[in-house]
Amino acid sequence: MAGQEQKTPKDRDGEPDDAAPPPPQSQAQVSGDDVDAILDEIDDVLETNAEEFVKGFVQKGGQ
Amino acid sequence: MSARRIMGIETEYGVSAPGDPTANAMLLSSQVVNAYAAPLGSRAGRARWDYEDEAPLRDARGWEFPRDAADPSQLTDSPDDPGLANVILTNGARLYVDHAHPEFSSPEVSNPRDAVLWDKAGERVMLEAVRRIAANPGLGTVNLYKNNTDNKGASYGTHENYLMRRDTPFADIVRHLTPFFVTRQVIAGAGRVGRGQDGTGQGFQISQRADFFEVEVGLETTLKRPIINTRDEPHASADRFRRLHVIIGDATQCEVATYLKMGTTALVLELIEEKAFTRDLAVDRPVPSLHAVSHDPELKTLLRLRDGTTATAVQVQWMYLEQISSYVTGRLGDDADEQTKDVLARWESVLTRLESDPMSCARELDWVAKLRLLQGFRQRENLSWDAARLQLIDLQWADVRPEKGLYHRLAQRGQVERLVSDEEITAAVSIPPEDTRAYFRGRCLSRYGEHVAAASWDSVIFDVPGRGALQRVPTLDPRRGTRDHVGALIDRCPTAAELLDALAT
Repeated sequence: MAGQEQKTPKDRDGEPDDAAPPPPQSQAQVSGDDVDAILDEIDDVLETNAEEFVKGFVQKGGQ
Repeated sequence: MSARRIMGIETEYGVSAPGDPTANAMLLSSQVVNAYAAPLGSRAGRARWDYEDEAPLRDARGWEFPRDAADPSQLTDSPDDPGLANVILTNGARLYVDHAHPEFSSPEVSNPRDAVLWDKAGERVMLEAVRRIAANPGLGTVNLYKNNTDNKGASYGTHENYLMRRDTPFADIVRHLTPFFVTRQVIAGAGRVGRGQDGTGQGFQISQRADFFEVEVGLETTLKRPIINTRDEPHASADRFRRLHVIIGDATQCEVATYLKMGTTALVLELIEEKAFTRDLAVDRPVPSLHAVSHDPELKTLLRLRDGTTATAVQVQWMYLEQISSYVTGRLGDDADEQTKDVLARWESVLTRLESDPMSCARELDWVAKLRLLQGFRQRENLSWDAARLQLIDLQWADVRPEKGLYHRLAQRGQVERLVSDEEITAAVSIPPEDTRAYFRGRCLSRYGEHVAAASWDSVIFDVPGRGALQRVPTLDPRRGTRDHVGALIDRCPTAAELLDALAT
């Protein structure tokens, strides 16, 4: 990213501080709460009768 | 030395009519294309595809496969059925029916970020088609899925294309690209519930496509699929260019995954062209290795390299990154373009975290995000991997509708990292990239659409009233026909006749 120091990947074997360079952009860490939030709504999102729906998804081969 | 290069992505979508298992997939696919194209009228609906320069049986190793020995599915230069829908859009893309799937072939772009942008535009086009079919009381429901298998033995492709120099020996491409493709899935895999081509083996795997690959090198795309595809159909001046046709990728929705897939591959190709790889990373038994990597989301599988050492897939990726990174630094110091630096930094960041805590990549990589969701659901419901609801989550991950697609549900909650804005995607649905020949194609369609009789990747054919013969404008250099090159010309020519006159002088 612009303005960020370029490290060569070889630095990863060096000092512990170098082992995990910060991601290019600040990342909100994914927390367990996020999974819980989506799991709370997933039953409303999933198609009813999973078995039949999955069975009915039959495709012809492509490239 | 750059991650920038002419490239594009073609995606065949899964198509189904829920509740009507007897529905004809080709007809459904035609319905999808027509639903999108019909309201566009003459701006896109009329122009047919120009097959003149198609050569799907030409092999990059230097020969032509005999036509009468080819599988009918290899004859992509003659339409399966002349009635099948096939249109060119004002953004320069091709929307058509390919082997019983609706396919969006993106316009040629010049860099990985734009590849993401027009890939996302393709998702929007497919969503719009689904909406229009749903709004038509005369038609049954049609769903579209951006995935690569039905988990019952069928697979359909997401292909990448990269423009390369013709003088690069194909053997070099095979040598350096094969280990890269065996291991690239740790970043570019879309995740899959089930193992084996028919999905009956239990468990999660990293890639949708891996189990469908059976040979190392070959011309086929629909059977005996090869890790390296040799189709030599440059859609450009054949003496100067080749188009590397990559068939091994998964359809990804996470923007960072697609961006890294395109960007890292482009960098590997650049080093191949420069003959700058200092180490041959050849892997023993590439096909079984490809499957083994996919079947191990723990990322611990050791691959045996031909030089006698062993390495995990992530370590092989590190070795590619290290060679590329030191070459870029050696050649350019800190003067590499911003996107190249960004690709390298993100590649390093993702590999670092795949080694320490793969789940921390859930905002960036499809297979990680999907696995995290599946694990959460499995634990809550105490399910084994063959549970139908887990397979349904896998399928619905790829549903193009934002209310049903699980990727989209995560994105709406801000749980995936975005690289392009919704406004940019909306624009890319109708506007072509400005810095490739797709600009000329797209602008011709939007400005002179009713007088464009046909088009292809390397031509636009005009049918101008009062002029007897069709007039074909070749576009054999993908880097020309840009806005800089023809933008002003098109702006000042209100009619196709004037454009053709201006081009002739």
